[in-house]
Amino acid sequence: MEQFTINLLFVGASFALYIGIAVWARAGSTSEFYAAGRGVHPVTNGMATAADWMSAASFISMAGLIAFTGYDNSTYLMGWTGGYVLLALLLAPYLRKFGKYTVSEFIGDRFYSPTARMVAVICLIVASVTYVIGQMTGVGVAFGRFLEISNTAGLLIGAAVVFAYAVFGGMKGVTYTQVAQYCVLITAYTIPAVFISLQLTGTPIPALGLFSETTATGAEGSVYLLTKLDQIVTDLGFASYTEAHKDNLNMVLFTLSLMIGTAGLPHVIMRFFTVPKVSDARWSAGWTLVFIALLYLTAPAVGAMARLNITELMWPNGTSGEPVSVQTIETAPEYDWMLTWQKTGLLDWEDKNGDGLIQYYNDQSDAMAERAATNGWEGNELTNFNRDILVLANPEIANLPGWVIGLVAAGGLAAALSTAAGLLLAISSAVSHDLLKGQLTPNMSEKAELMSARIAMAVAIAVATVLGLNPPGFAAQTVALAFGLAAASIFPALMMGIFSKRVNNVGAVAGMLSGLIFTLVYIFLHKGWLFIAGTNSFPDTVDGSLFGIQSTAIGAIGAIINFAVAYGVSMMTKDTPQEIKDLVESVRIPAGAGAAAADH
Amino acid sequence: MADQTSYVRAAEDGVGYWKANLRLIIISLIIWALVSFGFGILLRPMLAGIEIGGTDLGFWFAQQGSILVFLVLIFFYAWRMNKLDRQYGVEE
Repeated sequence: MEQFTINLLFVGASFALYIGIAVWARAGSTSEFYAAGRGVHPVTNGMATAADWMSAASFISMAGLIAFTGYDNSTYLMGWTGGYVLLALLLAPYLRKFGKYTVSEFIGDRFYSPTARMVAVICLIVASVTYVIGQMTGVGVAFGRFLEISNTAGLLIGAAVVFAYAVFGGMKGVTYTQVAQYCVLITAYTIPAVFISLQLTGTPIPALGLFSETTATGAEGSVYLLTKLDQIVTDLGFASYTEAHKDNLNMVLFTLSLMIGTAGLPHVIMRFFTVPKVSDARWSAGWTLVFIALLYLTAPAVGAMARLNITELMWPNGTSGEPVSVQTIETAPEYDWMLTWQKTGLLDWEDKNGDGLIQYYNDQSDAMAERAATNGWEGNELTNFNRDILVLANPEIANLPGWVIGLVAAGGLAAALSTAAGLLLAISSAVSHDLLKGQLTPNMSEKAELMSARIAMAVAIAVATVLGLNPPGFAAQTVALAFGLAAASIFPALMMGIFSKRVNNVGAVAGMLSGLIFTLVYIFLHKGWLFIAGTNSFPDTVDGSLFGIQSTAIGAIGAIINFAVAYGVSMMTKDTPQEIKDLVESVRIPAGAGAAAADH
Repeated sequence: MADQTSYVRAAEDGVGYWKANLRLIIISLIIWALVSFGFGILLRPMLAGIEIGGTDLGFWFAQQGSILVFLVLIFFYAWRMNKLDRQYGVEE
């Protein structure tokens, strides 16, 4: 059977499964939809939350970023898991005790101000739309490959599917659909990793394989996988895999920004509002991290092993031998993946010096200049290798059976679609419920509310698609910007709302606005206004940036500004009223929580 | 509803409970920062001598170790807090 057919079969079967479950366990009413997590065991809830949260960034993009950079991109691993510690310790149990359903409702009530609620909604929309752009990038890559069309066409088809998927309704909210999506996603991620780990190290557990010796024994006996990888990449003039190359300040701020952002993203926090008890909110955060860790412990192994495989395919006779020839790439079956990915426009090579061979090396490296000159090389000939294709191409690179490739296709789409659809639902409910019905037009009919929700969803996806055609970075980098925005705006307001009785309405609004505006302006100055390429004032590099801090890491500074402004302004204005102090008091103690009540 | 004395006692218990909670949060966050920002990034040069699987301990903390510690921290916190809830009589 053709690979194309196998892919369609796996993707089709997984979609049929989700739809089947959604129809079987359909939420009948709004409150049922919102309470999907109630009465569900913390383990099941954790699994569903993990599926909800792990998106194209985690599944499709992250391992590729680690593969081509090595240690420096460990920041993604620590950042996107460490946030759950903050969530479990600082937010989840208290927000559960508070007992409403949305983040903006908590902010509106705690800071006794409709303005605060409105500002929270705006912060939420800005962060979510940026997040969706990242998802659309991943969706475009996945559809482009599996329909064997260009990336742009893939993105447009993907946008239509995501829209249909989200409009289909509460499907996303049904916990059991997400449990199924998690199972598809984790199987799809793990199986190829196990195969590759066995091939390279003989260890069936990829996380351990990363630190094992390779099975291939060279002249000097067996060597560790990472030692070997360091050796061959530095041979070709690339930065070593395990050493640090980025400055500590940017690494720390970037990690912190991802951590705080995780704990500030509305669609994740919402899951903890609806668990049966306060103690369950604490356990749920732990179980969610267990299921996320299964992927995150495998991801660095996937990255390192893929980098090794790719480099060895390009240099089949060793890094000092003769590289792969153009003819081999075009004819040998183990290079088929290069031809299929070339069609998406995300992978390309060019025999610049016309010697019939493809030299893959770092042409920016001084050390390689001499070797290049002696051998008549005219630059790196593997001209384009988009980081986002690595995970999806990985089973083909390792020459794994066709069904594994199909499974990875289904997994990647499950990750991207579930999160994109979830975010669209969050955006549309923020616009129609919090903004229009809650503030601007309170007398709106239910039908009009539903209509405005659909329109908001359509607008959001159109914006995300247009911006996704020229994304501000690889999927995970764009998503990192969204986390920075959430970190700078939502998280500080929530934390101060629980841990301080003094921060008042004026302070919270001033804090959120200054955090959001500072971060957004800083990102736009480096990534271009509204992410339109060429409109940026500063180059998006560490050295060229305004404060020597990369735009992906600025969220942490935004959060600090938010805390400082909110506290400063509160001290200069009126103290919080007694009933707010009582509210904070009650949120801190689990007793008397009762069931979450919907304000609908 | 509660009379004056039991209200005062509950308030005092609440203060003790909140202090115990804050202490636990601070200890947990120190460990959280130590394994990620510490061992994984800033203190990595200090751990460079400790070899593990072809690289050093700092690399392991950055790519896997910190995640495992995060997991232990969350479950430890949940377990301790549920005990504190009962101890101060504030559980649901």
